[in-house]
Amino acid sequence: MSLFHRIARSDHAPVRFLLDGVPCEGREGDTLLTAILTHVDKVRVSDFSGAPRAGFCQMGACQDCWVTLADGERVRACTTPLAAGMSVVTGAAA
Amino acid sequence: MSRPQPLVVGAGPAGVRAAETLVRAGLRPLVVDEAPACGGQIYRRPLVKDERDARALYGSEAGKAQRLHGAFAALADRIDHWPRALVWNLRDGRADIAVAGESRAVAYDGLILATGASDRVLPVPGWTLPGVFTLGGAQVALKAQGCAIGQRVVFAGSGPLLYLVAWQYLKAGVKVAAVLDAAPFAAKRHLLRGLALAPDIVLRGMRFAAELRLNGVLLRHGICDLALEGEGRVAGVRWREGRRERHLFCDGVGYGLSLRSETQLADLAGCAFAFNQRDRAFLPQRDSSSRTSVRGVYIAGDGAGIAGADAAELAGERAALALLEDRGLPHAPERAADLERKLARIGRFRDVLEAAFPFPAQWAARVKDETVVCRCEEVSARALRNAVHDFSLDEINRLKAVSRIGMGRCQGRFCGAAAAELLAVETGRGVEAVGRLRSQPPVKPVPLTLMPREAAE
Repeated sequence: MSLFHRIARSDHAPVRFLLDGVPCEGREGDTLLTAILTHVDKVRVSDFSGAPRAGFCQMGACQDCWVTLADGERVRACTTPLAAGMSVVTGAAA
Repeated sequence: MSRPQPLVVGAGPAGVRAAETLVRAGLRPLVVDEAPACGGQIYRRPLVKDERDARALYGSEAGKAQRLHGAFAALADRIDHWPRALVWNLRDGRADIAVAGESRAVAYDGLILATGASDRVLPVPGWTLPGVFTLGGAQVALKAQGCAIGQRVVFAGSGPLLYLVAWQYLKAGVKVAAVLDAAPFAAKRHLLRGLALAPDIVLRGMRFAAELRLNGVLLRHGICDLALEGEGRVAGVRWREGRRERHLFCDGVGYGLSLRSETQLADLAGCAFAFNQRDRAFLPQRDSSSRTSVRGVYIAGDGAGIAGADAAELAGERAALALLEDRGLPHAPERAADLERKLARIGRFRDVLEAAFPFPAQWAARVKDETVVCRCEEVSARALRNAVHDFSLDEINRLKAVSRIGMGRCQGRFCGAAAAELLAVETGRGVEAVGRLRSQPPVKPVPLTLMPREAAE
């Protein structure tokens, strides 16, 4: 179940991306964090405890929301704009 | 050969006014900012425009936000602006800047640091659960992304932002279940003193609280032992009021205890630091003109000590005037004195706010052993206490070496204050006696794939 709930921008153009292989739609103007958390409730699991994480500060300071893309690249979700065709793997440690 | 350009780090209220003042004197600064557009956190803009107008986004501060955005837009062809860029190191009069996939070493002549702040946090059980965000984070989700962090949200912690963010969620139509203020209700009497200094701000805060209450939001003061609960995501909050334990269900939490200054770059620039009682933190030393201990390095805005956006605009301009004076350019001394007077007045109001929202100093003695203090590497309070006693530690960098606290990806931004408080209590001293975490480049993670490039002088 999603963590975030949209209250604006619902009519913006859809941006398609893959979340753990499942086709999903974000909106133009989304960060990657928003795109993920409007579908599911975590962006990664902790390397240490395996507990789920979903970001914290949303301003690029806490480094909690790093995610792994299917090509192996790692990005900080809260400061990365969603781009069409992105493929995110949330189960992996990032 | 001409002198290198001044470098302004940050394009929030302080950085924008600094750049504007330099431009007015005929200089062409380089402004580097991590965000895609100017505004800082407080006047941050959505990535793309949406249906909400400035009033909906910035409330009573809409005019200030629009003026700041407009002022920066007007500078466009008279400055160099690198958005989405990170100053990750400072060395020998050069800044290493990660921008567009490469690292550029840029020589500067005059450096104005306007690096801002983020939420100050003391760890509580469950603070790493999905659905728990800082107050600032909850605000970014709402304002910049048009999203609520939950459908039944609790805001907890302390400071003016607590009430502001709760009120913004309420106004956006989100169910706010409770506002849990760690400050005792009696502390609010200090706000009466604030009425004389900043009546509009105090009255606005009182209106926020009144409207929250009128709309059925539970407002509690003097709460302690906050714990966030849930399996896999936050599902409730638990807290104590005196002897009574209380609980509420929720699916989102905003949490924060005022703000903390972003000081890493000042440290790398070699600035001397001193303990600041009001902010309960080590801050770069600066005089009333915004000069640091290092010649040619100036610091303004919340990155120099928490004072808010209005002060940041004034201090940014003041810092730029100091830079102009040090360069032998006309520097408007009367204007500078006026800015300093206004800043001193805001400083007196900050004293009032700090008394009205006091730091919960009892946290370090009460935090349970199993609470995770470092969310990057999951170092517990127990591990810190054991390290202090097993190795007879009394200094924060030694505690870091032994326990890895502050060594994770956030580099102590979110655990540093807590670790210092714990170390102080465990060694029976004031928090000013345990030292401060040294900063390390890169100040934030940068990809190893960054290609180095020496920029033209």
